[in-house]
Amino acid sequence: MDSNVVDYSTKIPNNVGLTQDRQVLRALEGWHPGYLNWWRDMGPEGFQEAMVYLRTAYAVDPRGWAKFDYVRMPDYRWGILLAPAEENRTIPFGQHFGEPAWQEVPGEYRAMLRRLVVIQGDTEPASVEQQRHLGKTAPSLYDMRNLFQVNVEEGRHLWAMVYLLHKYFGRDGREEADELLRRRSGSEDAPRMLGAFNEATPDWLSFFMFTYFTDRDGKMQLHSLAQSGFDPLSRTCRFMLTEEAHHMFVGETGITRTVQRTCEAMREAGISDPTDVEKVRALGVIDLPTIQKKLNLHYSLSLDLFGSEVSTNAANAFNAGLKGRYRETQIEDDHRLENATYPVLKMVNGAITKVDEPALTALNMRLRDDYSADCVKGLLRWNKVITTAGIDYQLKLPHVAFHRQIGEFKDVEATPQGELIDAATWKKSEADWLPSASDGDFIASLMRSKIEPGEFASWISAPKVGIDNKPGDFEYVRLAA
Amino acid sequence: MAEHKLANGAARIDFQTEPARYRHWKLTVDGEVATLALDVDENAGLFEGYQLKLNSYDLGVDIELADALQRLRFEHPGVKAVLLRSAKNRVFCAGANIRMLAGASHAHKVNFCKFTNETRNAIEDASRNSGLSFVCVINGTAAGGGYELALAADHIILVDDGSSAVSLPELPLLAVLPGTGGLTRVTDKRRVRRDHADVFCTTEEGVKGKRAVAWRLVDEVVPQSKLDTAATERARERAGRSQRQANGGGVKLTPLQRKFNGDAIDYTCVNVAIDRAGQSATITLHGPDRDAPTNTASLTELGAEFWPLRLARELDDAILHLRNNEFEIGTLIFKSTGDVERVLAYDTFLADNASHWLINEIRQLWKNVLKRIDVTSRSLVTVIEPGSCFAGTLAEVVLACDRSYMLIGQREGDNKPPATIALSALNFGAYPMSNDLTRLQSRFLGEPHRVQVAQERSGEKLEAEDADELGLVTFALDDIDWDDEIRVFMEERTSFSPDALTGMEANLRFGGPETMESKIFARLTAWQNWIFQRPNAVGEDGALKRYGTGQKAAFDMRRV
Repeated sequence: MDSNVVDYSTKIPNNVGLTQDRQVLRALEGWHPGYLNWWRDMGPEGFQEAMVYLRTAYAVDPRGWAKFDYVRMPDYRWGILLAPAEENRTIPFGQHFGEPAWQEVPGEYRAMLRRLVVIQGDTEPASVEQQRHLGKTAPSLYDMRNLFQVNVEEGRHLWAMVYLLHKYFGRDGREEADELLRRRSGSEDAPRMLGAFNEATPDWLSFFMFTYFTDRDGKMQLHSLAQSGFDPLSRTCRFMLTEEAHHMFVGETGITRTVQRTCEAMREAGISDPTDVEKVRALGVIDLPTIQKKLNLHYSLSLDLFGSEVSTNAANAFNAGLKGRYRETQIEDDHRLENATYPVLKMVNGAITKVDEPALTALNMRLRDDYSADCVKGLLRWNKVITTAGIDYQLKLPHVAFHRQIGEFKDVEATPQGELIDAATWKKSEADWLPSASDGDFIASLMRSKIEPGEFASWISAPKVGIDNKPGDFEYVRLAA
Repeated sequence: MAEHKLANGAARIDFQTEPARYRHWKLTVDGEVATLALDVDENAGLFEGYQLKLNSYDLGVDIELADALQRLRFEHPGVKAVLLRSAKNRVFCAGANIRMLAGASHAHKVNFCKFTNETRNAIEDASRNSGLSFVCVINGTAAGGGYELALAADHIILVDDGSSAVSLPELPLLAVLPGTGGLTRVTDKRRVRRDHADVFCTTEEGVKGKRAVAWRLVDEVVPQSKLDTAATERARERAGRSQRQANGGGVKLTPLQRKFNGDAIDYTCVNVAIDRAGQSATITLHGPDRDAPTNTASLTELGAEFWPLRLARELDDAILHLRNNEFEIGTLIFKSTGDVERVLAYDTFLADNASHWLINEIRQLWKNVLKRIDVTSRSLVTVIEPGSCFAGTLAEVVLACDRSYMLIGQREGDNKPPATIALSALNFGAYPMSNDLTRLQSRFLGEPHRVQVAQERSGEKLEAEDADELGLVTFALDDIDWDDEIRVFMEERTSFSPDALTGMEANLRFGGPETMESKIFARLTAWQNWIFQRPNAVGEDGALKRYGTGQKAAFDMRRV
């Protein structure tokens, strides 16, 4: 069969020949009801019956791979989609550099590989759980639809990881797949594996920040895994990246539209001082300093997802050929890193110091640097909106030492500029740098649902272009009667 | 990698500490339940050059644990159950610190493993003999030595959060073995099926949840939200079943009086004199300077000053110091001074009041100090001269040694009466070795009736020829041969390979049956230490050396 085309004849759409793979098909069919239960319990709350204008993949080739239609979310055709196989692909890094890519799991790396898949898999349902209450306060049907699109695709990404677990990791893999449905974001008893995925996503600005910053971590991780010498993982992640791009888009444009609306409102009201928070808030928009605080929070939480700057696990995974660097194949070096070094920011004698570490163990740091560089692009756009509106304010990424729970800086306090401070100073200024409860209350007060086609909440602008080129008043979600 | 230096310019590893100085453990007592919470200060390693991340430990962490266990026994007689847990979120203990091991000398590694084994045994000993029940609460990763610590407890609770697991990842991860009795406790204490154990010990990430219970690796799994309640309940239940008799307050283990003067270390009733040229140290034990009490009323008042307790603590510290700081001192020579009858009177007091909680603890302490001597990898010899007092409990030191020399009669120019030794009731059961036999039973494996014969002479002051006749000493020598024989023995001993001696002595000391405890030490010595020396572990391309670099170890695939 043509592996570019998705087979919808089975219960589980796929391009991996599931009909010929009875065992895996049976395992997946066994997992399916559990997944649907999870979706009903933990998926978007109150909108399970709504008809949502969603895109569904029907092919995996980059041109025109999706079609749009109204779907009830529980009926969404989650499936198994892998990017087309590259012929004669070789392992692009590590000690097996240049050897043919593995089509089966190498025994000695089974545990490591399973762990990578499980950690990646755990983040996918987590964000759905974190965002499940947001439908009720959507600022427009357009945004609501984007939220649900992100949600169903995160669900599909879970399927992608579960397929790998079922197909390649035997009984342990099946158990892990069940565990992915058992853990719950923020649960005391069975929390999601990574900290940022147990934080609440209380409002839409958080959602945009999450999709911009936290999903971007996901993008970096997927890029690294897309390099994997284990070809099925590589192909899975490559296809996931095509979907992930939409999530970044939702975050970036969401923040742009929020900033845009704030600037417009300020200009209309003749307010030029962006720090005059009360006046700005009185306009029913979110003041720029609060947006900066949200940004500080989500950026710093997302940096934690990269783990310790110096990491044996990362080194092992690279050396084993399981997880590469961002755009590995475009980097010009020996792809083995046995003797290379990489500069890492560390705490040395109480000061933030750049130290050269063996490049192999500094891979988390490198990926995080690539991530930070990638984050900057959005800021340029947002700041352009602010400058164009004639307002003297710049959104900035905080320093990597700011508000960290993992890595070198977890035991110190630092300002967003990266100046080390004591705990008392931190306590005094925390509310200037991170969203306070009252900031949260204010934002929450703006979160009023707008469900008339073409209407938008007071705090956010309309998008420039509709999804699937639909007009501004398109009914993206048909709410159940 | 160069060997690590002690942190903060310390001159030696010191085994003395107290709760106020702990960096890694917190000991709290709430009625009958105490909590020992592990909260390792990652920047307070014993040596320079590593950080103790994720509650990983080095010898310094274990020294505090050993101290806390001792204080629970002496200072807190009202405690009946102990919660062993982590104060860190979602991590219990990641085991021995790998970078510490990679940078440590082989001798340090071995002695580190030995001490941690002794400390795990001390947990089990406190449970068995002091009515202190241990409940381990695993709230996150428990890997390697972390799980081995848990294995020492009576009851293991593992959080059921879908990710926390217990594991012994040493083999797949580091190409070594769990060095703190892990494999032995898995098979002999937890009685895990051998094939399950095989899977468990080759799975780096370990086993979690229901399977951990089904495979007997833990006793129960509990959700996070119920973890504290379950832990408290289990501790209370166990406290309720404890036989521990809480009579009055505890006895404060005051700091030892100890002076280092060049090559001499002086305690109140122990002196250590190091002879560097002769590669030996003479440890002189001083008998009591006053008579034994007549009743237990004054006992708690005497507290740590009570001679048997003071001597045991000082001797323990001296042995540990020599073991861990003086690697080139290959022979330990035990001597004593004091009054045999007075020592016997103390033994009578210890025997008559065995049920008193403090006497019990002192006897258990002596048992453990003597066991510590048994497993000390140095040649051990007792020299029994006029004026010595190797009686009863102190005679155990003679029996613990590889050899003993006793002078017949007086020395020329010395009017001290001839040396005598004596046995007491305590030589016949109070101080079992790790093989669960008394030292006399171990000594007379082939002639068990000799134990009976010796027992009939219990309480009698025995001169050299009698002692020899009874088989209690190796050589009885007169003044003419004495100096020369001892000189020759010392010269011969220092000419042998220390490794071969260590192996031989360990083989000969523990004849007879095995127990879990003796197996643990034997396997540590034989297997773990062998593997630790092999290039597959410690060679330039070995797993331990390459750990943390991301590069894979290169193994010599030939089976040996």
